[in-house]
Amino acid sequence: MARFSPANLERAKELLSHYPRPKSAAIPMCHLAQEQDGYLTEDAMAHIAELVGCSNAEVYGTATFYEMFKFHPIGTYVVGVCTNIACLLVGGEELLDHASDSLGIRPGATTADGLFTLEEMECLAACTEAPCLQVNYRYQNKVTNEGFDRLVADLRAGKRTDIPRHGTLGAVRQSIPADRRAGVKAI
Amino acid sequence: MPAPTKMISTRWDQADGHTLDGYLRTGGYEALRKALAMAPDSVVDEVKAANLAGRGGAGFPCGTKWGFLPKDVFPRYLVVNGDESEPGTYKDRLLLERDPHQLIEGVLIASWAIKAEQAFIYIRGEMPHAQERMAAALNEAYAAGYIGKNICGTGWSMDVVLHWGAGAYIVGEETALIESLEGNRGMPRLKPPFFPASKGLYMQPTVVNNVETLANLPWIITNGAAAFTSFGNEKNTGTRLFAVSGHVKNPGVFEVEFGTTTFRELFYDFCGGIREDRLVKAFIPGGGSAPWFFEEDLDTPLDAGVVGAKGSMLGSGAIVVMDETTDMVKAAWRIVKFFAKESCGKCSPCREGTNWMEKIYRRILDGEGRPEDVSLLLDVADNISPGLTWPPKQTTICPLGPSAAAGALVSSIRRFPAEYEHYIVHGRPVDGLSTGVYRTSLVPVS
Ligand SMILES: Cc1cc2nc3c(=O)[nH]c(=O)nc-3n(C[C@H](O)[C@H](O)[C@H](O)COP(=O)(O)O)c2cc1C
Ligand code: SF4
Ligand code: FES
Repeated sequence: MARFSPANLERAKELLSHYPRPKSAAIPMCHLAQEQDGYLTEDAMAHIAELVGCSNAEVYGTATFYEMFKFHPIGTYVVGVCTNIACLLVGGEELLDHASDSLGIRPGATTADGLFTLEEMECLAACTEAPCLQVNYRYQNKVTNEGFDRLVADLRAGKRTDIPRHGTLGAVRQSIPADRRAGVKAI
Repeated sequence: MPAPTKMISTRWDQADGHTLDGYLRTGGYEALRKALAMAPDSVVDEVKAANLAGRGGAGFPCGTKWGFLPKDVFPRYLVVNGDESEPGTYKDRLLLERDPHQLIEGVLIASWAIKAEQAFIYIRGEMPHAQERMAAALNEAYAAGYIGKNICGTGWSMDVVLHWGAGAYIVGEETALIESLEGNRGMPRLKPPFFPASKGLYMQPTVVNNVETLANLPWIITNGAAAFTSFGNEKNTGTRLFAVSGHVKNPGVFEVEFGTTTFRELFYDFCGGIREDRLVKAFIPGGGSAPWFFEEDLDTPLDAGVVGAKGSMLGSGAIVVMDETTDMVKAAWRIVKFFAKESCGKCSPCREGTNWMEKIYRRILDGEGRPEDVSLLLDVADNISPGLTWPPKQTTICPLGPSAAAGALVSSIRRFPAEYEHYIVHGRPVDGLSTGVYRTSLVPVS
């Protein structure tokens, strides 16, 4: 799959209706496409360009600016370890090293089974909980090496149902009443 | 011993503080009703009288900023900056996750005051939980008639849209935030000619305010500007949220009276002191961009003017403490690396300079430093921000590059030249200093 499914097309159109100008919906739509496919496919970006009324290159140009968008298949679980200053001071780098050793991959790579991608992150706004990491942007605070191994084992065993696969957006979405949608008002 | 003063963090420990029920039970949306009974200009005057300073980093007075909007140009927009990603900063996420209605009420009060017909709450991409909590709160507020058509039966209508980013620190800069909200690459705009107040989102008048700034509005409207200014001191009114991280025993986020508490009180009374009772070697008083403070600055009050006069800034309330065993070269490198990675690439001094500085640092850390490297670092830095003063001079479109040059790099070189020398001569840090183990083999190839 690559273009929006019928259900996601409806969601994409709703996103479009939240904004006075359609291109503002491009980034939320890229998230939606990534949720659908796990990464941002060229067909999805072309579909988004059609929907917001700009060129494919413009959507690609926007999407490539942002680190959360991936342009090739990626692990089911993206493990992002913060090594910025507050985490560095209490073992963030050692945690990244441990993660690297334990998963057998360097930051940026994906395990052969496609389950894990490891990333080095910048400050995650959890500095008092350092060292911290995110799995698919869901926080894990004050992570020890043992805690990391337990986390990975639980993810492998499918025990962390609180962490959805990569790309999944928040479970609750904003829904604006139909007569209050800016895009609708503007048209 | 000073105690926390809770104005905007009152619901953080309330289990249902994030729900409409929990919010209404504790006085929620009363301030909105009060504001809607006032003329918009009176709300602006009240906020001006409260002397509320922006909490996003620059500390610009909120009421004054609102006053810059050109008269009679519509539509105009309010954009809420929830991109929180300055290294060390942790407060806006808590406000979003634990008390989303308080922010929504602040957004509504601000929108009424500045006559905005639409507001956008821009939340950092990497915070799905904050997005969920905000989406749920917005849905509740729409259903209960606090947002949308005919708000609280007054005939006034406005809308609030939740928007979220996708990972880029620079998007926190207000014009980059606007670009991102328009669906573009998040690169700052050149100012002048246009400032957001006159031409911002969709080239319409726009106010960009930080989450914490707006979260103060319900309190100010409920209790009045006079009550607000009774907290803090003359120029620093109300409270501030400070995140204290690094080498303190009990890191945490604390709401304290603005301008009166000292760093020493924060570290020793609130955070239980320094780990293993060591000495403070350096600390960052206001986020990764800020020049560092040292032991002799511990008794400085958390007063924006005083910290500024001492050559740094309170910035976004992000305080990171480094004890006497910290490797200063490496700590400074990590901050420079951050800026090199996050430079948007629009201006050559920042794009090239930050990356050169990071490369030079890396070879120093790798044991391949050259005798001229410290002066080379300063030379590159001086090309980004001539004179290396604070606040930094700008050769660039935004302050990112200049803070990379005139912040941690300069602070650490000026204060600890011997640590740099040692690395360059011996290829390793001074014995006993570390920030942990540095393993070059695992640093991704850039
Ligand atoms: C590089 C850079 C990053 C910034 N990041 C943020 C941020 O994450 N959150 C924020 O509120 N302000 C940030 N700011 C400040 C904003 O540009 C702007 O001043 C602020 O949002 C205004 O809100 P306030 O007046 O309520 O503080 C940043 C500024 C710069 C130059
Ligand atoms: S100073 Fe750096 S981050 Fe700021 S606009 Fe220029 S290149 Fe971009
Ligand atoms: S430095 Fe790691 S969360 Fe802030």
